[in-house]
This record gives sequence, C-alpha cells and structure tokens, in this order.
Amino acid sequence: MFKTTALAYTYDGSFEGLLCCVFESYEWKETPLAIHSDGDGQGLLLESKWIETDSVKAGRVLRSIPLKISPEAEELVRLGFWSNAADKEMLLLNFLYLGFTHGRKVMNMLADDTVSALNKAVQQLRREGHHYLGFVRFSVYGPVMAAVIEPRGYILPVIEDHFCDRFQNESFMIYDKTHGMALLHQPGRQAIIPLQEWTPPEPDEAEAAYRRLWQGFYNAIGIKQRRNDRLRASLMPKRYWKQLPEMNGNPPALPALAARQERTARRLKSGQRELQ
Amino acid sequence: MDMMEKLEILTASAKYDVACTSSGASRSGQSGSLGNAVSMGICHSFAADGRCISLLKVLMTNGCIYDCAYCVNRKSNPTRRAAFTPEEIANLTMQFYRRNYIEGLFLSSGIMRSPDYTTEQLIAALELLRNVYNFRGYIHVKAIPGADDVLLSRLGLLADRMSVNIELPSQESLNRLAPDKSKQSILKPMGLIKSKITENSSDLVKYKHAPRFAPAGQSTQMIVGATPDTDYQILNLTEGLYKKYGLKRIFYSAYTPVVEDSLLPALDTKPPLLREHRLYQADWLLRFYGFEAKELLDEAAPNFNPLLDPKCSWAINHREQFPVEINRAPYETLLRVPGIGVRSAQRILKARKAGSLDFYALKKLGVVLKRAQFFITCKGKPLEGLKVGEHTLLRSLMSGQELAKFQLPEVEQLSFFDDSYMAALPEASTAATFGKGV
Repeated sequence: MFKTTALAYTYDGSFEGLLCCVFESYEWKETPLAIHSDGDGQGLLLESKWIETDSVKAGRVLRSIPLKISPEAEELVRLGFWSNAADKEMLLLNFLYLGFTHGRKVMNMLADDTVSALNKAVQQLRREGHHYLGFVRFSVYGPVMAAVIEPRGYILPVIEDHFCDRFQNESFMIYDKTHGMALLHQPGRQAIIPLQEWTPPEPDEAEAAYRRLWQGFYNAIGIKQRRNDRLRASLMPKRYWKQLPEMNGNPPALPALAARQERTARRLKSGQRELQ
Repeated sequence: MDMMEKLEILTASAKYDVACTSSGASRSGQSGSLGNAVSMGICHSFAADGRCISLLKVLMTNGCIYDCAYCVNRKSNPTRRAAFTPEEIANLTMQFYRRNYIEGLFLSSGIMRSPDYTTEQLIAALELLRNVYNFRGYIHVKAIPGADDVLLSRLGLLADRMSVNIELPSQESLNRLAPDKSKQSILKPMGLIKSKITENSSDLVKYKHAPRFAPAGQSTQMIVGATPDTDYQILNLTEGLYKKYGLKRIFYSAYTPVVEDSLLPALDTKPPLLREHRLYQADWLLRFYGFEAKELLDEAAPNFNPLLDPKCSWAINHREQFPVEINRAPYETLLRVPGIGVRSAQRILKARKAGSLDFYALKKLGVVLKRAQFFITCKGKPLEGLKVGEHTLLRSLMSGQELAKFQLPEVEQLSFFDDSYMAALPEASTAATFGKGV
C-alpha cells in the first residue's frame, strides 16, 4: 500500500509487538520487505529496524480494528497470528492495509489473494484445534491429569474453554511441546503459562491398565474386511499418532503410503534432473 | 472372564453398528459433574477401517434370544458370549471419558429374556451413569423393539440420542432374514420416540427446566447388500423416514458377511463399499442440497452409477438447467452444480457482494472446477478453451481417486465405458452387484 522500503522489521514475537509494526508502517508511510520475530534468526541479509513493543501504540491499532473494519476481523487477525502460516506477519499487515482501506467489506473479499490466504491459515488453525478436542490424551496421575500435544499452530487458546468446561472438577495440564506453553486448570482457575520442558512421569498400574483396555477396544472396533489405512491416515494424520496410546507400539503397516512417498521422491529426483 | 476379554467380545459384537456420531446435543459442563456435549460432535480416534471412533460402543450382552440370519449375535451362532454389569459399563465410560478417549457411550444389547427386561438393564446402566456418577457427556442408546412404552420413555430421558435399527429396507427382506422382527415392531418405537420428542419440545417452551427427551433426536441404520433391494427403494425409504419420523440421521452399512447362511451372500463376498458410499452421497443431497429421491433415481434406473456420483448423474441428465451464471444464480441453484458444495456456495454468495467473480476467483473459494466448469458461466462466459464433448465431460466427472479407493473397475470396464458412455448410464446398476448368493 505504501512505498516499499528496503527494510525488514524485527519485533519481539508478541501479538502486541506485531501491532506496533503495523503502527510503525502507518507512521512512516512505508511497507517493510519482511517482518521477522526476534528469535527466528532470519533477515540477516536485509537491513532491519527494531520495533519496540509499546502497549499504547498496540492498543490504538487493536481498538481501531473492530471500529474501522469489524469485530470478526479482529478475531481473524488474532487467530491468524496463532496460525503457523509462512510469513504470517506480512500476511496480517497486508490484510490490515486492505481492511483499513475498504472497511467491513474486506470480510467479503474472499477471492482476494491476501484475504484468501489469511482465511486458509485460520481455517487450518481451527481445524487443528478441532482435531485436538478429540486427540488430546490425558494420563491420570492420582488426583491430577496431564496431556502432551505437539500442534503446528498455537491452539491452546482455541481449545482452552472446551476442556475447562468439560473437566470443571479436575486439575489438569495440557502441555504444548511445540510452543513451550501449558494450559493449567484447577476447579475455578485456569491459565496459559510458558513451560519450557516437561516429561510425563511413568504411568502407575491403574493408568497402564486403562490404556491397555483402550487399546483392546481400539483393535476390536475396526472391521477387518473394511480395512482402509489411507482413509485412516487422512482423517487422523500420522503426526498425531505419537501421543495416542492406541497407536503406540502399533507401528503403522502402510505399504500404500510408503509406496506413494517413494514415488513422490522419485518424481522429485527426476524433476531435478530435468532442471539440470 | 477378565475385563479385557469381555470388552473385546462386546466391542467386536457391536462394531457392525455404524452410528458413532456424537452430534446434535449441546450441554455445558457443571460443577460437581463430569463432561459436556458439543453439538457438532467430536471424533476421538479413527479405527483401522477409517471409521470415526467417538463413543465407547459396546453391547450390554451379546447373548440374544432372536435368530436374525445376518447378525453375528444370532442365537444359533456358536460364538463366545459375555455380559457387562451396569457398574462395569458406568466405570469404564467414566475412566475413558476422563482420559479424553471418548465423547460418551453408545450402548446397545442383545435381547436377554425379553425386550422389557433388556430395556430395564439399559436403564439401570444409564441411571447409574447420570445420577450416581453425574456424567454429562453424550449417550446414544438403542431402543429395543417390543419394549413397553413406559420403559422406552424412561430410557429417552437418560440419553441424548436414541435409535431403532430398520436393518433391512423392505418387509420381504425382513421376513426372509429377520423372522423375529416386523416392519411394525420397528416403526412403532420410532413413532413413539418422535411423539415424545415433539411433546418434550412443547414442554420446554412452558417449563425451562423440563427434563429433555433424546435432545439429539433419533437415527437408524440399514444393511445394504444382504438382500436384493434397489437403491431406489432404499432412498425412498430414507426420504420417508426423514419426513415422517423426523430422523436426524440414517446410516447405511455395507453388508459384511459374518455368518454362513443359504439366504445370504457367500462368506467371501466383499462388502459393497462403493454402493454404500453412493447412498451416503445421495443422503447428503436429500438433507442439505434440496434434492428429492425421485429426482435422483426412478424405476427405470433404480441403482446409482458406480462411476459417477449422484449429483453428476443428475446434472448430466438435466443439462437443460445449465449453465448457471455464478454471479446471479440463487443459493439453491448453485447447490445443484457439481463441484459446488454447501461451503463453497455460501462463500460465493458472500464474495459476490464484494465484486463479480471469475473462474480464477472460484478456485480460491474452494469450487472444484474440474467438475463445475461444464455447468457454469462467469460474467456470461464459459471457461476459456473449454471443450465440451461427451467424452471429455464424462472423463472429467468420473473421479479417478474415488474409484481407485474402492479398487472397483478393471480396465475392461473403463474401455467399455469409453465406447458407449451415455448408453452405459442407466444400466450401471450391473456394476453394483453385491454377491453371488443373492
């Protein structure tokens, strides 16, 4: 929207920090070439400008979104920030340019490249969140329960209310290993806090027994004559399997998939050869 | 017998029941109890056959006084028998639910002694769960045909969803394979459940805290491929059940031979998965796309074409209704275009408020152009360079991936199709045969 400067913005990786990047862009009427978060170690080739996080500036940008665009746009921006879309910062900046120009109409511009890409990213995040409503597996350790997840997007805030409502009387933790965060809940209290490392303790006898029963149930419920590994893997992608007790010690016999991967690899190789 | 063995036996006996959805009920959690219900339903795992696991699906017992030919639990089948106590069921449900393995319980049973006695056992298990363990998660329970109305009413107040299985799509088939059941004995509890749900909804208007009767409604299932019933019969029955009994869902179960019987397809018959798939597609067309059964099939062509999905088949036979102009057509018309689904039709409505749409835009809205291209125009123009010969049309509409999944047609079949594509359409029923024994 503004003239592109040969600059990258670097910010602290927080949502507020990104809002300050938006503020900066409007203040100087310039569009950065890229926006990098502090820790990701990119942008060494570009001259970069450090954007200090300032809650007053961030607040101004945030308040203007529901006012000048719409409340739904605010939700979209928040969810977009939690997604793991490549270059999500520039995507959000471009979306806000559009939004501040067109107003609430931007939410209908589904065919626009930026809007469509942001919607896709958010859709993906929501889908992953929905998957985890089912795929979270708690282990019971006496009076407390704990689960480990490894999501691509930052979905803890997406699933927070569901689990806190469902298990109102339980004390539990869901540890997001990818993002180093954990959702903690005790009756009447809940919070998402940073947690760098946590290793689940060994299950006791009762816990191990229920896991075995669950595995027994899982194996008994499938109909042999209808076996369909590809369908299963597409509905329950393999990246989730690691944390599912029913898939543990049950290495996937997936000849079809293995063959497909090999084919893809071969195709890629021949493609490279053509390029040379 | 230990718990593991019981669980395995009673799960294996329940697995042919298709319904495993946990949708339709919405209930928030409560302090002092465990669980809630989410209206869209949640899948917690997927079995090796690719079917969703959302409920702990077990039988109370697999002992049965009936002798239905298609059923693995029939009296005369020498299989291992087991039974859960209400305590065992309640405890297992709570333990699995707490670990987030499941969304709730699906409880069915073989008939012990009498339908009334069996229903009392089911009530005992559910009362324990709801009133003693304070379980607020999802419960799907089978209504036992022939049980007393009072008992069925009590059962309905404890469950979210109730179902009575139609099992076979016609009275003749029932006579043949399930001599202990009749159409009447199945439809009667369905009618009762329906009237209870209606009654309950008017109670709820009057008293906010009236107890809820099966808030997620009722469903049923029928077996496909065990008898010579046609898709047309099945779909008509489906439509009638949705309209008359207000069912929430109807499930189809491709017949998997489990017992040897002279009246049934041979044991080595493969389950007719593709046929089941086509029926589900048609079911969706009835429920979400505004189609009627008589538009999709008729006496002359009573079975679905295995090579084309029902919507494409319909579109090909109704080409006078196309092309549809994307920028002006109403929602109902958009829904009838192959390659446009409920989501993409809604997106089209939304997006065209912001400006007119071209083919490139449609792609971003999730329209499957491969199929839709033949049936639409954008700003009055068809897709540039589109050639609509009969040959390319059918080729593009046949979904190769879908077919490969079911490993259906051999090469010969395709070449046969190439030669006489249009002629092949009405006769396609031949490819949907389901076993030599019929």
